[in-house]
Amino acid sequence: MNPEIIRVVGYVVAVIAFVALNAAMLVWMERKVAGHIQRRIGPKEVGPFGILQSFADGIKLMTKQLIVPEGADVLLFKVAPMLVMIPAIMCFVTIPFSEQLAARNINVGLLLIFAIASVNVFALLLGGWASNNKYAVISAARAVSQNVAYEIPMLITAITVVMFTGTMNLQEIVLGQAGGFWNWNIFPVGKNIGMVVVMPISFLIFFICSMAETNRAPFDLGEAESELVAGFHTEYAGMGFGLFFLGEYANVFIGCSLSVILFLGGWQGPFGLLPGVHWFLLKVYFLIFVVMWMRWTFPRTTFYGLLNLSWKILIPISLFNLVLTGAFIKVF
Amino acid sequence: MSEMACDKHKETFVLNMGPQHPATHGVLRVKLVMDGEYIVEAEPVLGYIHRMHEKMGENRTWAQFMPNMGRLDYLGALSYNHGYAAAVERAAGIAVPERAEYIRVMTVELNRISSHLLWMGAYLLDLGGFTPLLYAFDDREKILDMLERVTGSRLTYCYFRFGGLYNDVDDQFLAEAKGFVARLRSRLPMYHTLVTKNVILMQRLKGIGVIDADMCRRYGVTGPVARGSGLNYDVRKNEPYSVYPQFDFDVPVYTEGDSMARYMVRMDEIEQSLRIVEQAIDGLPDGPVMAEKVPKIVKPPKGDYYHAVEAARGSFGVRLVSNGTNTPYRMKLRSPTYSNLSLLAEVAKGVTVADAVAFMGSLDLVIPEIDR
Repeated sequence: MNPEIIRVVGYVVAVIAFVALNAAMLVWMERKVAGHIQRRIGPKEVGPFGILQSFADGIKLMTKQLIVPEGADVLLFKVAPMLVMIPAIMCFVTIPFSEQLAARNINVGLLLIFAIASVNVFALLLGGWASNNKYAVISAARAVSQNVAYEIPMLITAITVVMFTGTMNLQEIVLGQAGGFWNWNIFPVGKNIGMVVVMPISFLIFFICSMAETNRAPFDLGEAESELVAGFHTEYAGMGFGLFFLGEYANVFIGCSLSVILFLGGWQGPFGLLPGVHWFLLKVYFLIFVVMWMRWTFPRTTFYGLLNLSWKILIPISLFNLVLTGAFIKVF
Repeated sequence: MSEMACDKHKETFVLNMGPQHPATHGVLRVKLVMDGEYIVEAEPVLGYIHRMHEKMGENRTWAQFMPNMGRLDYLGALSYNHGYAAAVERAAGIAVPERAEYIRVMTVELNRISSHLLWMGAYLLDLGGFTPLLYAFDDREKILDMLERVTGSRLTYCYFRFGGLYNDVDDQFLAEAKGFVARLRSRLPMYHTLVTKNVILMQRLKGIGVIDADMCRRYGVTGPVARGSGLNYDVRKNEPYSVYPQFDFDVPVYTEGDSMARYMVRMDEIEQSLRIVEQAIDGLPDGPVMAEKVPKIVKPPKGDYYHAVEAARGSFGVRLVSNGTNTPYRMKLRSPTYSNLSLLAEVAKGVTVADAVAFMGSLDLVIPEIDR
């Protein structure tokens, strides 16, 4: 058999398994982090430290009946949860876990991820629309305008990175940050002293945007439970809801791993020591921890506050950053 | 519905918030006419938990109605106990021993603190912050434990009797209450640094749901909502009852009238209540906790009586009409949140759902008390 086909099948299986297991891990981690922030211990009954809790939850979700509400658009209603999962899994194709561990090394990897990840919004819109529920429609409208608003500053900051590194190949972006943390893009003292001013701001904008893109608190307006009950997945039962849930965690992982690849040196060690997949995972899970920390600490913003933040603050700053980047690349 | 709501060109739609909805904290239903995210009209629909408490009062003896008082405002039940007991005592001319009044004040103030703490947690939950709720519950739990020791129940108290109390407090209760005052005092700064000073919280509360003093007067709004709009009205000061005149405490008043002002009033009231509890513990006189010569069956003389107390949500009044028999002829309960909720229709006009939720939460609604 063609070894290329085996390689593809192997990666597909591995990626899907990773997404599912990772989501299970993250759900457990989220509940533990939330528990400890809230002075309780979180799940502890199923398995050691409750680590099998999410598997038990998964079994529960899978055995539930998939209820299609009356008046719903059946086809779209069923397609939407899958449409959340598919782009999430596809994004993993270009993410380099380590120098060897990447499904495909594509020279426009960054662009590909942005292109595929934007399909996610489409799924939320369809799910909300097809549910025939007013809360879901409001939520879907919110999710779309939120995603549109935050994609712009996110792309602009990504462009600053691309200008600085000169490539859209994620593997090469990471390779360019080898040597030690002074070479990482977030604080590139070793490479371009001017960019030291620009890059930390870019990182912050990128990180905030990736949180808003994945609908995580404090930007979880799509599923603001005190206003919109459960948002776009109000009508979803069982695994329909489960897929939205899995998709959210997969997207959180992708958002954080992009931040790590673009700014924090990907799989490079902080002092150039032992580069490898462990550094990558360590950094990604640390960022995910920060995301969870924010969720359980901050109240939710309002929808208009959120849009104001994007259009009036993040976009002007990121544009200014873009100009500065161009200037600094010329000067230094 | 008004003309505007029915206008087809406006593309408005009706959204039912409740009777089951996470933000209504109970079975309140608010019928919203929406234009996208904006509310065109809001109409609170009541009656989902109406239990005819007032009618019930006409069908049982004066004393038998006391347990109902724990089932109106289940978060501040002791104030309701106090209101009803004081009204009947005024009607029947029963004098209450000073020790009993001190314990009444002490327990009512503890109950007020627990109510405000729960409100703070639940309000933050409305705003999307989950964690403060569990911290607030931690402190509230201590109060419930203490009150359970003396009253026998944790939520639906029936502790007061005509002429005194069901039983006396013991030394352990006093020691625990004293410890609690110190504990909550040390924890309040933490609430302020973690919650009050949060940027997102300020953004969500400042300038949202502004009510002016005139509007409060029109709707008969009382309690922290009125005090957040610059009305210095507290039944404990304005129509003193019980032993409140003997205590030294302030009435926090803010003039902004927004959700932040109402938030701050309640947070400051926790501090003032702590002061009252502390003074009550220190000055607790000896003596009986039940008046002597209280008849087994109370029969207030013919007449019309009213007594108001300051409950956690505002002025709670009991109007009794007695015809001299062992059952009330008419009983009217004036509950504060009923008036406070009436603001919603006017304030919610033209604001977004999120702001309406933030406003509704700041009113501190307890639905069984609105419906009775």
